[in-house]
Amino acid sequence: MEFLLFLLRRVLWSLLVLVGLSVVIFLIARAVPGDPARMALGPTATQEQVTDLRHKLGLDRPLITQYGLFVAALSHGDLGRSLLTERAVTDDIRESFAATLELVLATIFLALAAGLPLGIAAARWKDRWPDTASRLVAILGAVTPTFFLALLLQLLAGYVLHVLPTTGRLDPADPFHADITGLITLDSLLEGRFAVTLDALRHLLLPATALAAATMGQMARLTRASMLEVMSQDYIEAARAFGIPDWLRVLKYTLRPSFVAPLTILGLEFASMIGNAFVVELVFSWPGMAAYGIRTILQKDLNAVMGVVMVSGAFFVGVNLVIDLLVGLVDPRIRIRGARA
Amino acid sequence: MTEPLLSVRNLSVEFTTYGRTNAVLHGVTLAVPERSQVALVGESGSGKTVTMKAIMGLLREPPARVTAGEILFDGRDLLRASRAERDRLRGTAMAMIFQDPMSSLNPVFTVADQMGTILKYADRRLGRQRGRAGRRARVHEVLAQVRMRDPERVAASYPIMLSGGMKQRVLIAMALLSQPRLLIADEPGTALDVTTQAQILKLLKDLVEEQHLALLMITHNLGVVRETSHYVHVMHRGRIVEAAEAQALFAAPREDYTRNLIASVPRLTGGTSFATLARTDDET
Ligand SMILES: Nc1ncnc2c1ncn2[C@@H]1O[C@H](COP(=O)(O)OP(=O)(O)O)[C@@H](O)[C@H]1O
Ligand SMILES: [Mg+2]
Repeated sequence: MEFLLFLLRRVLWSLLVLVGLSVVIFLIARAVPGDPARMALGPTATQEQVTDLRHKLGLDRPLITQYGLFVAALSHGDLGRSLLTERAVTDDIRESFAATLELVLATIFLALAAGLPLGIAAARWKDRWPDTASRLVAILGAVTPTFFLALLLQLLAGYVLHVLPTTGRLDPADPFHADITGLITLDSLLEGRFAVTLDALRHLLLPATALAAATMGQMARLTRASMLEVMSQDYIEAARAFGIPDWLRVLKYTLRPSFVAPLTILGLEFASMIGNAFVVELVFSWPGMAAYGIRTILQKDLNAVMGVVMVSGAFFVGVNLVIDLLVGLVDPRIRIRGARA
Repeated sequence: MTEPLLSVRNLSVEFTTYGRTNAVLHGVTLAVPERSQVALVGESGSGKTVTMKAIMGLLREPPARVTAGEILFDGRDLLRASRAERDRLRGTAMAMIFQDPMSSLNPVFTVADQMGTILKYADRRLGRQRGRAGRRARVHEVLAQVRMRDPERVAASYPIMLSGGMKQRVLIAMALLSQPRLLIADEPGTALDVTTQAQILKLLKDLVEEQHLALLMITHNLGVVRETSHYVHVMHRGRIVEAAEAQALFAAPREDYTRNLIASVPRLTGGTSFATLARTDDET
């Protein structure tokens, strides 16, 4: 019950955060120097054409009115048109967001699947070779710039070993429209087209690995630190005295109480990757929202930029809510005490 | 006289930390006969917990090292037993109760989960067959034995929902799950308030007598010894300096150290007679 109240409070806060975000992004978009109408029309357009477009876009109205129009349109899912692609921003974002989401989900899966066992092994065999190996991997993951790793993987796998595709989400010879969820892997599974699923997974592997390296290292180190802290607690010694076997003490009695910190960080990483994936998206020609965001910013494509920021923001807030819920499920102390999380 | 259930002979233990070696136990000898209540008493730092850990096989080696002695349980030398055999005894034939109930229960699992898991692996070590329902029933049974008024509710609780006294009783229940022959209690209840502690000690004494267990009571408080033990070993700086029947020890202590210890006894129950304490219930 307390936990429900706590979640409800978090939901309200999240809405406030989103409203704040919309104001800030709106003001910033209007304050940056340069005229979007001029940018869109190019240097050869006449002053008259520019004024005309400014009027059509509402740029000549008072700021408060512009914001009101922005919010009114936003409330029924209209983010205006992109000056860059000349399509509805909502359509652009719907497609590119699905691409980024699929990439980021694969990344999180890899980071967890590799980082968690590494962290557990490092804690269980502290100061022995698994610990050293895990530290090495973590440091390498942390210090290797993502763009470098992305290029390295692309060169290695694509041009030297010739085993994995290095660009895009699918082989162009493999026409497939992901129109259920937008995630190719999931939609192709649902439609029973397993060859497409496999191809999509092969396309995902390299970019997801490049993006996962740093997070994986962080997960490993954080899991290790958390588990070592828990291992020094009386209740682990007590479990030993009561005859709980070693593996169960590590994988259940220690891991579960240690899991809140790694889970929280994973959520933050997950949410911010939506925006930060652009390097990998550019290198691997991944038609994602992060790359779309960069291109539209460079073009001062205001509607598109605001759309991307709002969607990223909403996603960030949403993921954090889910993490709050998961943290409460993992640790009853948080669930029972409610807000003191 | 028959062999005692537990017999520690001439046990010496040292610790090596940062290259420096410290002898902590110097030839400790003590015995706990079947169905007896024996105390090991000494000031803090005298080596009581190390003795207990050596008996339970909980010493980490390194940094600890047993340099001499034997620990006979039921006639078998545990120090020379295989690891599997020690694992089989721990938490089954010999069980222990920890000092601090606040930190000795896992905070993220329910009492039922933790007790069920202990029972499951104890059964497995002993080659005993018992299903999930059987374990559940046994958990509730033992919770009732430690005077929980509502075992179902306690079993479904997370530790954070229980009072200190209730947590201590859950820990006692955990130790009793597999009907051990020897129970070792390391300063039970010292983390609790005086009244609750007295109730816990009374409960422990009742249980030990009801279930015919042998009890090794470890404490720094001779007041506890007076109420709970037949026989007393006094430990000082890793040595047993005096061992005697409880009555004889209080009547005529031979060692100065014991005399000082007796002189400094705090009255445990603060005026209330131990025997008249109400049975513990869920309010503790
Ligand atoms: N893990 C350890 N490493 C080094 N020294 C230890 C360790 N555990 C206990 N000791 C030492 O052993 C002595 C006895 O400790 P202990 O048995 O805990 O005393 P107590 O009688 O209070 O239970 C103390 O001097 C302590 O410093
Ligand atoms: Mg101690």
